[in-house]
Amino acid sequence: MKVLVTGISGMLGRLTALKLLQHGYDVIGIDRRPWPEAPEAIELFQADIRKRPAEEVFRTHRPDAAIHMATVTHLVHRSPDRMRVNLYGTRAFIHHCDAYGVKQAVFVGRHTFYGAAADSPLYHTEDEPPMSAHTFPELADLVAADLYAASSLWRYPEIATSVLRIVYTLGPSKHGTLASFLRGPNVPLIMGFDPLFQFIHEQDAAEAIVTALAHKLHGIFNVSGPSPVPLSTIVRAAGRRPLAVPASVFKLGIGRMGLPHIPPGAIDHLKYPIVVDGDPFRRATRFTYAYDERETINSFRTAR
Amino acid sequence: MFDNLLPIDPEIAARIEAIDLEFNKFGIDPYGIDKHDLTRFVSAFAWIYRYYFKVHVYGLDHVPSEGRGILVGNHSGGVAIDGMMVMGSMLLDAEPPRLPHGMIDKFIHEFPGVSQIMSRMGQFTGNPDQARRLLNAERLVLAFPEGARGTAKLAKEADSLVGFGTGFMRLALETKSPIVPFGFVGGGDALPTIANLKGLGRLLGVPYVPVTKWILLVPKPTRFQLLYGKPMYFEGTGHERDEVVCEMVDQVKERIRDLIRQGRQLREKEISEEDLVL
Repeated sequence: MKVLVTGISGMLGRLTALKLLQHGYDVIGIDRRPWPEAPEAIELFQADIRKRPAEEVFRTHRPDAAIHMATVTHLVHRSPDRMRVNLYGTRAFIHHCDAYGVKQAVFVGRHTFYGAAADSPLYHTEDEPPMSAHTFPELADLVAADLYAASSLWRYPEIATSVLRIVYTLGPSKHGTLASFLRGPNVPLIMGFDPLFQFIHEQDAAEAIVTALAHKLHGIFNVSGPSPVPLSTIVRAAGRRPLAVPASVFKLGIGRMGLPHIPPGAIDHLKYPIVVDGDPFRRATRFTYAYDERETINSFRTAR
Repeated sequence: MFDNLLPIDPEIAARIEAIDLEFNKFGIDPYGIDKHDLTRFVSAFAWIYRYYFKVHVYGLDHVPSEGRGILVGNHSGGVAIDGMMVMGSMLLDAEPPRLPHGMIDKFIHEFPGVSQIMSRMGQFTGNPDQARRLLNAERLVLAFPEGARGTAKLAKEADSLVGFGTGFMRLALETKSPIVPFGFVGGGDALPTIANLKGLGRLLGVPYVPVTKWILLVPKPTRFQLLYGKPMYFEGTGHERDEVVCEMVDQVKERIRDLIRQGRQLREKEISEEDLVL
């Protein structure tokens, strides 16, 4: 079975591609970025998902399944390009899947879809609407891409489409939203708040994506790993020093005085939890994570 | 959170150990309750519960010792001292101890520090999704159907009841949870409020700021009566018409009114413990 991965050169794209190879799939990939050390078995095409050369890959290689990971997720990435990549890229992906006979599609999204607020319940279910788009415009295009991808569930019912909302990944690659936040020796937290954070080892996340493919899932699924842990506990377990900063100072000092470059809307994500219920995915696939909360943080801490 | 501030009481540590919760490798339960923080916090709170205040608890056996249930009672006293005393009775007097999840007002989680403590103690913003999930996980939920209108009662109205919400009843029907009614007496004495400043409250992001006889928001040492009644079971799906649900809510409200009345008589020494009909 031939699987096409868009955004294959990203951290999760690479891990997923390697896992697919291990499971005996034929893998081809599209990305604007190169992947110099890619295994020879993987055929790579350096192209933009929105452009004609990417369509040509679908047309000539006729993959049986496709995994869409070509979304720009960096919060600091504010180029006008981002919205276009995330929405038109997703549109192109879905169109090509339909036009060139792809039988299965997986859209890889994020659990931040649900947003963080003082009154949001723990353990969001897939039917809950996104609540953060207005307070966190930087996430709006990802939320829109998620909803747009989900619309193909009814627009192209013959394609087995799954939309995965995966929690933060963490692991030895040191890539990803949570890893970037934990980069320095001192990690600023909002004083008086300590939200639960949910994370999954990056290998487990890649395994979950392959599992979704293997089970031909059709629907929207939260994907979670170990039970959530307070942010300050993660910071300490990662060998970092938590530094409590009052919210007002934090807002003023974003990007300065050693505080990270994050959009103001992200502050709510440092105050309130986003915890998702991953039960429907586990029931549908019998997926279990291999790395528990401590092993996951350790793998990040000890990586060079 | 309180590592260097609060000492651990070994008796409390044993009680926390006996609560039916599952902690992960970091000592955190799936709802974010922190075993170590809870132990330290309850160790300090035990002094307030036992010595600063004095709570006479009756009918504690009526609270299920395991499985789902909703504690429903009257609110009074300016700030939610009654909620804290109910927590105290379940953690410090009940055998085995249980940790009720209070369904608290949204504004509480807006405040730094308070939000952090409440999160680690399993006290969440009241929300039907949250309550349903906790009940289905066989937890105990604590609800004050009067909400902030209940705490806003002035001292002279402390034993009265204002309008009840119906959310708790629909949840009880849907999740087939028993309702344990309770009456709390003395809330108007600890912090006798003579007025509520709504304008100042809006400015501070709270529903109102209570003003006490002695201006300051410091409760005086008070004896309380806390009476738990027999569990009430209702049959239904939770999708009944409003008038059907309201009728059931009224039964609970009447029961609570009766418990408050008996608690008041006990407080005035008009009856003794043997006379109670819980």
